[in-house]
Amino acid sequence: MCLGIPARIVEMHETQGLPMGVVDFGGVRREVCLAYVADQVKPGDYAVIHVGFAISKVDEEEARRTYEVLREMSQLDELEWLKEVADRAEGV
Amino acid sequence: MKYLTEYRDGRVARALIEEIRGTATRPWVLMEVCGGQTHTIVKQGLDELIGGAVEMIHGPGCPVCVTPLEQIDKALALAARPDVIFTSFGDMLRVPGSECDLFQIRARGGAVRVVYSPLDALDLARKHPDKQVVFFAVGFETTAPANAMAVWRAQQLGVTNFTVLVSHVTVPPAMTAILDSPDNRVQGFLAAGHVCTIMGWTEYEPISAKYRVPIVVTGFEPIDILEGMLMTVRQLEEGRHDVENQYVRSVKRDGNQPAQELVSRVFHLVDRKWRGIGEIPGSGLALREEFAEFDAERRFAVEGIHTEESPACHAGEVLRGLLKPFECPAFGKECTPEHPLGAPMVSSEGACAAYYNYGRFRATAPSDV
Repeated sequence: MCLGIPARIVEMHETQGLPMGVVDFGGVRREVCLAYVADQVKPGDYAVIHVGFAISKVDEEEARRTYEVLREMSQLDELEWLKEVADRAEGV
Repeated sequence: MKYLTEYRDGRVARALIEEIRGTATRPWVLMEVCGGQTHTIVKQGLDELIGGAVEMIHGPGCPVCVTPLEQIDKALALAARPDVIFTSFGDMLRVPGSECDLFQIRARGGAVRVVYSPLDALDLARKHPDKQVVFFAVGFETTAPANAMAVWRAQQLGVTNFTVLVSHVTVPPAMTAILDSPDNRVQGFLAAGHVCTIMGWTEYEPISAKYRVPIVVTGFEPIDILEGMLMTVRQLEEGRHDVENQYVRSVKRDGNQPAQELVSRVFHLVDRKWRGIGEIPGSGLALREEFAEFDAERRFAVEGIHTEESPACHAGEVLRGLLKPFECPAFGKECTPEHPLGAPMVSSEGACAAYYNYGRFRATAPSDV
């Protein structure tokens, strides 16, 4: 039930004094309540959405930093990835 | 999707699994608190992949599973009233009450509607002024701000035909209850990332210090969970017991302050019964006196509830991590997701349903570290 999905904020408005907005979940759009993140977000930002409420702004800096650590641990780099794609294309 | 698919990369997962297996010098017993994490772990078979290094015990963090039977029975009684439109999150509809479930009430003509957001329930009340709209306000700290907002808005907008049937629970007292139990085996926790998105993690610091258990705030994707496991195992191997944060892209130490403020304005802490577990002191939220007019239990007399659990159901032992779902004699026989005897077989986040849906009918032999 505590499911939260990251979505991109498309637009922000107020409905009878309540901060609301439209978010995009990879193509599916929905109106959600932005009251709990209103002072931190702007259109284009990502927020975690739970039962129609944005509960946090996704911290892009932190996300990028941890992903770098994980990528290094798994020794993945772009060249390696390109080679994999090429190999697959050749049916290796 | 951004911030989702990259946390499902198989190559990163494999590297993390190797790292966990290389770090653990003995098997460690960890508990993931949240049912959403249980779902990911069982679906992806993460517990099998790290078998031998880490044993995962599935925690009680599934609101559908722990909502007490009395509250389910009250929901059924309210939903059966001709003047009521009963609204709920979808996963509560098949939770068995003493006699039936909300789906059956709907089949008998009760107005039961699934809503995505509690604000949708409030909108429904405004559109149907001739009806009483009741919303089943269940959930953990993650959901409490949404439910608090619906009540707050109802008061602000003067909506008089909207009430909530509250059955809110909070995580830290349940973790303490697990650690206090004489048969506890948990050595480290993956704390629930979205609960901590709201609450932050300061409440967990006294728990980790008192019980000397590492607690790592963890997200929900496979990579998040594996990284949370690795961070916990590292602490255990180093003899540390700190609160750490894996889910840095969403969780800050102090959580979401505006959300906490509205929750404490609308709700206050009470003792709450957990289905299958029993009463846990200070583990629930109830409406404050200023919002009593929005309390469905006060507006409608819901009395004369006599609860009756299925005697064949071992949900309590599963929820406390004492039994694996397949060790219950009813699992997959009398009890299936189509005909659940207990709540953990209903919700996709319940351990029993996760084991059933992903074909876990027996233990898998742990592989060597």
